[in-house]
Amino acid sequence: MSAGIPLAVDLLVSGLIVLGGVFALVGSWGLVRLPSLMERLHGPTKATTLGLGGILVASVLWFQLAEGKWTTHELLVSVFLFVTAPISANMIAKVHLHRLRQGEKSEGSSPAGSSPSPPGAAEWATHEAPHEGTPGDFVGD
Amino acid sequence: MTAYALAFGFGALGVALAMNLWRLLKGPGVADRILALDTMVINVIGVIVLTGIASGSGTSFEAALLLATVGFVGTVSYAKFLLRGDIIE
Repeated sequence: MSAGIPLAVDLLVSGLIVLGGVFALVGSWGLVRLPSLMERLHGPTKATTLGLGGILVASVLWFQLAEGKWTTHELLVSVFLFVTAPISANMIAKVHLHRLRQGEKSEGSSPAGSSPSPPGAAEWATHEAPHEGTPGDFVGD
Repeated sequence: MTAYALAFGFGALGVALAMNLWRLLKGPGVADRILALDTMVINVIGVIVLTGIASGSGTSFEAALLLATVGFVGTVSYAKFLLRGDIIE
């Protein structure tokens, strides 16, 4: 497969693939290993997304340098993932806070302690519409 | 050398998927399961891209792009349903 391909290209693509694999592995290991959900969020959202970015860059370089084809689908995938990862992490964190308020038991205690309350008498992630003084109220700030 | 790197990448992503599956089965909360599913989608996109490199054909990237889109919409739908009791209000 790698006959006729310059050594530098081979090394670069291999290094990026290995780097991506290691990052994806570390992210999933964090998902298994860390004690509470707020910490477990860090592994997939940062390490795994970065690892996938490495694999996608490796794919772009491989098709460009070794096969002479210019593909941009991978760039689209990586831009899309990098934009959506924080949004889904935010939604999952809100679900977690909401379920905690509704009485779901939290697993273990985190070294970082429990989540702080928002200022005032407000609560995180409620069914209520944002009103004065709650997070998410941007009117009149 | 790329062949060895691809083998390592497939192995790493396979182990990562197994660990995500463990978290998906164990829980303990609903948010953990959503997070595990989201991570599985990301890892499967990696497997698809590696398959594209290994086979040398650029036809699998549409699948990766579609999976990225559907995975994100799925995660937001789960979260939205649990937060608001409805998906599209």
